[in-house]
Amino acid sequence: MPQSPDSSDQRPADRVVLAHGGGGELTRRLLAERIIPKLANDLLAPLADSAVIDAPPGKLCMTTDAFVVQPLEFAGGDIGRLAVCGTVNDLVVMGAKPLALSLALVLEEGLGLDLLDRVMDSIAAAAAEAGVVIATGDTKVVERRGADGMTVTTAGIGSLPADMPPDATTIAAGDAVIVSGLLAEHGLAVMSARKGLGIRTTLASDVAPLGGLVEAMLASGGRVKFMRDPTRGGLAGLLADLSEQLARNIELDEQALPISPAARHASELLGLDPLTIANEGKVVAVVAASDAEKVLAACRAHPLGAAAAIVGRIGETSDWPLVELLTCAGGRRIVQRPYGEELPRIC
Amino acid sequence: MAAVAEAADGARDMALMEICGTHTVSLFRSGVKSLMPPNVRLISGPGCPVCVTSCGYLDAACELAARKDVIVATYGDMVRVPGRAGSLESARGQGAAVEVIYSARDAVKLARENPSRNVVFLAVGFETTTPATAAAVLEAEAVALENFFILPGHKVLLPALEALLSAGDVPIDGFLCPGHVSVILGAAAYEPIVKKYRRPCVVVGFEPANMLEGIGLLVRQVAAGVAKVENAYGVAVSEGGNAAARRMIEQVFAPAATEWRAMGSIPASGLALRGPYSRFDARAKFGVEFGPDYEPPGCRCGEVIQGKLEPTKCALFAVKCSPTAPVGPCMVSSEGTCAAWYKYNLPRQGR
Ligand code: SF4
Repeated sequence: MPQSPDSSDQRPADRVVLAHGGGGELTRRLLAERIIPKLANDLLAPLADSAVIDAPPGKLCMTTDAFVVQPLEFAGGDIGRLAVCGTVNDLVVMGAKPLALSLALVLEEGLGLDLLDRVMDSIAAAAAEAGVVIATGDTKVVERRGADGMTVTTAGIGSLPADMPPDATTIAAGDAVIVSGLLAEHGLAVMSARKGLGIRTTLASDVAPLGGLVEAMLASGGRVKFMRDPTRGGLAGLLADLSEQLARNIELDEQALPISPAARHASELLGLDPLTIANEGKVVAVVAASDAEKVLAACRAHPLGAAAAIVGRIGETSDWPLVELLTCAGGRRIVQRPYGEELPRIC
Repeated sequence: MAAVAEAADGARDMALMEICGTHTVSLFRSGVKSLMPPNVRLISGPGCPVCVTSCGYLDAACELAARKDVIVATYGDMVRVPGRAGSLESARGQGAAVEVIYSARDAVKLARENPSRNVVFLAVGFETTTPATAAAVLEAEAVALENFFILPGHKVLLPALEALLSAGDVPIDGFLCPGHVSVILGAAAYEPIVKKYRRPCVVVGFEPANMLEGIGLLVRQVAAGVAKVENAYGVAVSEGGNAAARRMIEQVFAPAATEWRAMGSIPASGLALRGPYSRFDARAKFGVEFGPDYEPPGCRCGEVIQGKLEPTKCALFAVKCSPTAPVGPCMVSSEGTCAAWYKYNLPRQGR
């Protein structure tokens, strides 16, 4: 099990102390020894107050996200990988090419330095995987229990090709809804790593940067009209938002949903609906009906899209737009966005 | 599905009660509820552990949580249920120590890790959670743990069904009996209901196909005017159930009258700690009592859990009461009938 910040038996010297954030020698050493070398790149190298970046022609995309997750490390990933991929994917689903990220770390006093090292390694690896650099950053230390061990905030900018972002106003009845991979794996992996849940599972988070996959989908030539990553709120939250935004019904086929047996089993045990569970490393796309198979094939040909599926279609416009699920049992039910944090049930 | 339609064809109108909240949610979620022929109505029963817990119990829990020397350990669903002085969640906001746990064992662990505080576990739920509580008490006893207590609130399923039925003119034609409770009780446990009240009982799991099969069997019995116990969930439920788990419950607990939300006190429907284990009862230790039950003004959960009222008929439903701002427990609990209706059926009626 990954450790919480205060459970391993390390000497104080192996932990983050308040003085690491004091701006003195300890701060310098923390940055110089444990953080900056891992991120080494030309944009960061001058260590100036701001990074200077060549502006590409056309428009820029900008996004930011703060990451808190317990435990900090879980099967398949950690907070560092999450923070890089989360921001990269927010750019990528707009059709943008990520240029640079910023990285702000808030470390809790007492956090093990070995854990910090692992998270930094993972940030560096994920950035390399995504083909993006960390151009600027900041580190602060707060008193114990001020934060959950550590929080990571990333912001990112990307360059936007002229024909992007996809134009959701062209969405029409019959357009296909494609999901790029297995649903609910990430949320369940994190939940089951949480202490005390007592479910044993082989599930691992599949958090990953989506640049290559999205590129392949767009390169297929199919008309992709909308893309978003179904993180918090799951597929249910994403489609409920979309159906409201479009004022159109959306119909989902339960049979077609890519959900692994392990995820199905774990959500059943916990009494949770896999549609409302958080995902990472997934994209949901709305594609012109006649192009759906083409985009799906491109998706499946990519390693991150092997389990992709057409899971539903866009319906008619409506004053009370609904997302409905055609169930395996042959019935229908409504899919709404979750109301808050979904808690595992009692029995 | 064909089996249900066929069995219901030409039969009279009937109301079948799914006793437990897990079924309520599964029936909605799987779309099985939407498949019922017009003459078959599914109604929800008193099987959502949070919903049947009386307000008096909740207030006692909040009173305990307010004490500086107490950590309240509870299943997550209980945290947001409103009582007279707010919910455990609001108590936590004011500094009370309320820990959400996933099993009774975790409460024992919490007590071990916090020797200077008293841990009170909110012991609620039916036969599915009771064995775990019994095991936790036995574990605490074995290691002579001095700071572990429970607030006894467990319920026994069958006396509640009897209470429903003995009220006389009840429009329930048969019961869909919950698979997980029946694993412990055994299918034979429903025989008295069948004999005394002539209502068919079918034990059913939670898979859509199995639920449809079970409903088909139930409809067939009602249509034919017979009443017997049938077990559609034989893979998990035996005739005799899990005797070892029941023995453990019996070792620790004795049947006692207990208060149900809006149903009043029902004899032998609760569980009290037996003499040797009575020191684990938080009521005696901290001098708290379960006050009289009451309902939040306007809330009709009491009728909902007895299958007498469909949530949409409550004037507060979706007006003043929703999952984000729940008035009663049926809207709070993930297994509550009002929450299930809100989640899976509300927009169909045009918000
Ligand atoms: S809708 Fe709300 S107020 Fe009405 S019975 Fe249900 S929980 Fe109570």
